[in-house]
Amino acid sequence: MNSAYEKYFRQDRLPHIWCPGCGNGIVLSAFARAMEELNIDQDKTVVVSGIGCSSRATTYVDFNTLHTTHGRALAFATGVKLANPELNVFVFMGDGDSSAIGGNHLIHASRRNIDITAIIIDNNIYGMTGGQYSPLTPTGKKATTAPYGMVERNFDLCELVKGAGATFVARGTVYHAKQLTDLIVAGAKNKGFSVIEAVSQCPISYGRRNKMKNALEMINWQKEHAVNVKAAQKMNPEQLKDKFLIGELYRAEAPEYTAEYDKLIERVQKGGK
Amino acid sequence: MNKKVMQGNEACAHGALAAGVRFFGGYPITPSTEVAEVMAKELPKVGGKFIQMEDEIASMAAVIGASLTGKKVLTATSGPGFSLKQENLGYACLTEVPCVVVNVQRGGPSTGLPTSPAQSDVMQAKWGTHGDHPIIVISPSTVKECYTLTVRAVNLAEKYMTPVVFLMDEVIGHLREPIDFDEVKDLEVVDRKKPDVSPEEYVSYAAGEDGIPVLAPFGTGYRYHVTGLTHDEQGFSTMAPPVVARMNQRLMDKIDNNLDDIITFESENLEDADVVLVAYGSSARSAKEAMRWLNAADQNVGLFRPITIWPFPEKEIRKIAGNVKAIVVPEMNMGQLKLEIERAAAGLTKVIGVNKVDGEPITPEEIINAVKGVL
Amino acid sequence: MKKYQVKVNEKRCKACGICIGLCPKEVFGEDYLGKAVVKDDGKCTGCKICELHCPDYCVEVGETA
Repeated sequence: MNSAYEKYFRQDRLPHIWCPGCGNGIVLSAFARAMEELNIDQDKTVVVSGIGCSSRATTYVDFNTLHTTHGRALAFATGVKLANPELNVFVFMGDGDSSAIGGNHLIHASRRNIDITAIIIDNNIYGMTGGQYSPLTPTGKKATTAPYGMVERNFDLCELVKGAGATFVARGTVYHAKQLTDLIVAGAKNKGFSVIEAVSQCPISYGRRNKMKNALEMINWQKEHAVNVKAAQKMNPEQLKDKFLIGELYRAEAPEYTAEYDKLIERVQKGGK
Repeated sequence: MNKKVMQGNEACAHGALAAGVRFFGGYPITPSTEVAEVMAKELPKVGGKFIQMEDEIASMAAVIGASLTGKKVLTATSGPGFSLKQENLGYACLTEVPCVVVNVQRGGPSTGLPTSPAQSDVMQAKWGTHGDHPIIVISPSTVKECYTLTVRAVNLAEKYMTPVVFLMDEVIGHLREPIDFDEVKDLEVVDRKKPDVSPEEYVSYAAGEDGIPVLAPFGTGYRYHVTGLTHDEQGFSTMAPPVVARMNQRLMDKIDNNLDDIITFESENLEDADVVLVAYGSSARSAKEAMRWLNAADQNVGLFRPITIWPFPEKEIRKIAGNVKAIVVPEMNMGQLKLEIERAAAGLTKVIGVNKVDGEPITPEEIINAVKGVL
Repeated sequence: MKKYQVKVNEKRCKACGICIGLCPKEVFGEDYLGKAVVKDDGKCTGCKICELHCPDYCVEVGETA
């Protein structure tokens, strides 16, 4: 087994419960390789997740892991990070988890610019419950609760968190697995709130209902439709039609919340107001 | 003598600080907000952290996260906010993360009467979150108790690795009374246990003989998993019926096997009493006054004031019930703790409620009238 | 030219077909259950696209002497 996987996975918890061809396992291995590249201290790192398929990630990685309630991962993580800013905090969420039930926590973690790295596995569907539409299900696509096609508009999560104040925003795909590792590394290095949307595939609950018959077809779809943000600069709107951007989408400098709070403590303890 | 006059809400916050609370996550809501305001001001002075989260769900989540790093934590809310906290309150019960949740009760249901007192969350404090679960609920009756019992609430949370609900009401929260800080300066402070084995030997939810797990603070080299799924001793989810049964039973037993330590109460004039008033929170103040008036009129009336509401002091109530003509229960609700008292007193005596839900406190006269109807 | 050895942990393989489909050199075949089997790792160029994309961490590409 790859050395990163050997080190960062709880071997006694594998194999994982994810379906054949599920992208979650690929995102998780990209994460493990990122941890190796960062040479992260396993004893000083906390990985938090919400509820859904993505949230099972915390079972398999060897850190202090916290599998929380649906949508609330970032709120728990905020408590962990603020209480002990020395800890590295990573959060795994799904698309429904982060953008529907957890949408409020996502925008406020962004606004605070708290030093947490959030990896949002976007498979366009609620997989764990069998394929209901999420705020990231593209309009027109089918789900068990959208049997005639999704009538709602879908979010662009990266634009959302950028608008809310996140200081590192990136999108990767399962197909671009090496790049995904690089994006996680860059996000972890950003001293602030970092979001990496990992476009993934759910062949069982999404693909089969939407004319993509297996995981391979879905991964190839990612390959064909993802455009690197740098390459996109040289492309015209016609060429970019139906495409989505990957890579580092946005970076900004802003005060990081826990550091600011520590400064506040220092000021107050010196008798300041 | 070192007396200060303060509100119950303020006393609660200062008690929390004295107990070693170093993290507060909250959301503004009447009539509990002063707890947050004091914490926001005082925590940085002692190196603690205060955060106003985006809602009550998030504040409950944040305190659990903070507690897992080893900090003592507090959150405070009122009725509607308490409803929102239920999701993660259940999470803390199952994952056995110590925390104290203050609920300064106001009139309900729904938005109800934001600035008026009530005691209508007694059952919610016990059963508000889904699933069978243990919980400790403490109810103060004086401003001094808001201080001393918050210390006790934090101690119980740390000792039993459980959430503790500190169930105040608007009257107590906004009441101003003096506290003599010389009297409360040497209160016992309990810290949660730390592992006494190496990380290799550590099993997070393998509780020892006392049935209470030792959760190592995150970041101290003990890597383990915490999940709101039903889990085994290793902390990983399981659906194996014998393991599920064992873990759920232990969760209940860690409280049920320690009732004598957890349950506290105050009693007066129980011997020879014909009628005993059972009251808690601010209603107990009216009950005490009513008892005094009745005693002055040579009526044998006693008072039993549960300080720990949950687990319920069943044994004590049953003992009283065997000796009296009636138990009278004044509550600012439609009769919530009365149900439990009826259960404990079943077949031994009658239980009469004095119930009021109009946003006004219960007066001593109203209690006296109820007692006179029995005597 | 470097040579590579490709291993598949068949116990962990869930027969998703990703490695088989992504491999540019047709190193993999499938068994009667659809699980990946190494057909010819002599063709392997060491790109590791299989290892990087195996959702179940059962494909490993190693350099041989």
